[in-house]
Amino acid sequence: MADLLHYREDGPHEEPAVTLDAFLDQSNATAVRLESDEDARALLPYLDRLTLIEISFPTFKDGRGYSAARILREAGYIGELRAQGDVLVDQIPLMRRCGFDSFHPQAEVDRKALAAALERQEYVYQRAADARQPVWKLRHG
Amino acid sequence: MYRYDQYDQSIVDARVEEFRDQVARRLSGALTEDQFKPLRLMNGLYLQLHAYMLRVAVPYGTLNGRQMRMLASIARKYDRGYGHFTTRQNIQFNWIELADTPDILADLSTVEMHAIQTSGNCIRNISSDQFAGAAADEVTDPRPWAELLRQWSSFHPEFTYLPRKFKFAVIASDEDRAAMRLHDIGIRIVERDGEHGARIFAGGGMGRTPMVSHEIKEFVPLSDLLPYLEACLRVYNRYGRRDNMYKARIKILVNDLGAEEYARQVEEEFAGLKALDLDPPKAEFDRISAYFAPPAFETSLSDDIDRRDPDFAVWLDQNVRTHKQPGYAIATISLKPVGGIPGDATAEQMEVMAALAERYSFDELRVTHSQNVVLPHVRKADLYAVWQTLREAGLAEANLDLISDIIACPGLDYCSLANARSIPVAQKIATRFADQKRQKELGELKLKISGCINACGHHHAGHIGILGVDRKGTENYQLLLGGSGAEDVSLAKITGPGFDEDGIVDAIEKVTDLYLEQRTEGERFVDTYRRIGMPAFKEAIYG
Ligand code: SF4
Repeated sequence: MADLLHYREDGPHEEPAVTLDAFLDQSNATAVRLESDEDARALLPYLDRLTLIEISFPTFKDGRGYSAARILREAGYIGELRAQGDVLVDQIPLMRRCGFDSFHPQAEVDRKALAAALERQEYVYQRAADARQPVWKLRHG
Repeated sequence: MYRYDQYDQSIVDARVEEFRDQVARRLSGALTEDQFKPLRLMNGLYLQLHAYMLRVAVPYGTLNGRQMRMLASIARKYDRGYGHFTTRQNIQFNWIELADTPDILADLSTVEMHAIQTSGNCIRNISSDQFAGAAADEVTDPRPWAELLRQWSSFHPEFTYLPRKFKFAVIASDEDRAAMRLHDIGIRIVERDGEHGARIFAGGGMGRTPMVSHEIKEFVPLSDLLPYLEACLRVYNRYGRRDNMYKARIKILVNDLGAEEYARQVEEEFAGLKALDLDPPKAEFDRISAYFAPPAFETSLSDDIDRRDPDFAVWLDQNVRTHKQPGYAIATISLKPVGGIPGDATAEQMEVMAALAERYSFDELRVTHSQNVVLPHVRKADLYAVWQTLREAGLAEANLDLISDIIACPGLDYCSLANARSIPVAQKIATRFADQKRQKELGELKLKISGCINACGHHHAGHIGILGVDRKGTENYQLLLGGSGAEDVSLAKITGPGFDEDGIVDAIEKVTDLYLEQRTEGERFVDTYRRIGMPAFKEAIYG
């Protein structure tokens, strides 16, 4: 497993995340892992006490995690939101926009390529889970 | 038409630089083909049988003379001097070198064009009515809505890795010239109490499991449109099948859930999204709309046309349609010369079309989903001059909507997925029915050919459809009847056992003969088929 990439003020959450089933059963855990076919909304009652939600990307083509991330952010989750698995450099900028703020890719990430990818688009067309202003906002104030 | 501002331009330019970097990483070996593939696909670059193919977006089919000239220049500089207009109103270049692609994209960006999202499992180019802004039957020009969707869908962070590709069409007329009901989401702009809004259809598509879409919402006001569509896509992104690529389109989800249940889930999602206030203000729609204001039509022009030249009169009756503005007409340039490749145009022909647009059509051209090009706003008094120029360029075929106006996919001549060739079959059919009088006698007859079950040639939507299959290693063609992509949408049915290349042409002759024999006053081929039914046609073919 490659390095953890982390874009938060606080440090990365260290304890291992438990499965959704385990979390819903026990649960004083503060870190949970969602598989790509699990419903992020199952976590909505517990967002206050979660500090890490890890979302799995079994293949880069499986885009369900992008929706899961936005749903969690839209519901007010402010803890660490981590993308884990087949996460590619060129996907990280989109994932950032959906609210992910840490990444645990299974393959080593080319840091230079990543830095360039994150810098590349100065403007975006949509409002999403990040703080970026869409161009219509820049156009109309 | 729409013009980029600094933001649109910056976004496209950044994309060019990104792809330049990715191609460099690929050429240096830093990226393997496997790693590079998803990146090139996001830029419309496919690896075909013999070379790379680059698909360039023509948003909602609208382009100006300068853009068409750039396409000609690309054809000449980087390809073999021609390009191929597609059923998604785009253009493809079939003989591209990988190393040239960043320069091609850079050239395109100088005329506000790109190849963004012309492939991949994302929201593709938004298609629309090629007569938008000119059609007498539209409630409004649908293109501002399409442009709003173009911007919203470009690099959408949540919807770039959908289960499968996603196609929108937007129309605003009774007549459906864009096969709207056969799109993942089809939108028809309608008027209610003096306000325009979107009637939404979901779950249409062709491919191996063709389906006609279902209406899921009668009226979505402009202010709700983007959150509503965001909800449609989110439900699909979360629950569309990902275990089988042939069952991954939204049509399967809508069918499995039932349209009502899908609509209910969308409503639920919409309620949450609407409350977040994520969508642009009305001022943004107004800004976009201003670009689509009608051109400065002259008033009090005559509607008279000099029909003395009989060849011109034939073209006029076949390829020219009514314009909403008196004194003007809509002229369709056929890219279906008998014996030619449907949808192909040479660089010289593109330049002729560009010049005609600049001189006679307020600098506008449209690409149609049936692979022709339209001059949307021509003064009736200029039609004869336009026709003369087209004739010299080999572009004056008078066959719009006739049997030789064939839609054909690239087939086995280019496509690595093909089972059979499409182009030679199209050429044989057009040649058999070349006689203008005979075609005219047959009337409106939409013939569509696909080289495999993926249905890029829309065979399910043909009055006559042809599907190429592989039968024990030889090319075989199945015949389908009774489809339509228009407002009378329906899916074609297979007649029975397939044919070889000559056999399929003979079979078509048999069904058209039966039609001529059986039709009643005013009936088109498809109407007769619907009235007398498949058995009579089967009997004529196999009996
Ligand atoms: S229908 Fe089949 S052969 Fe034709 S272009 Fe599509 S994939 Fe290729």
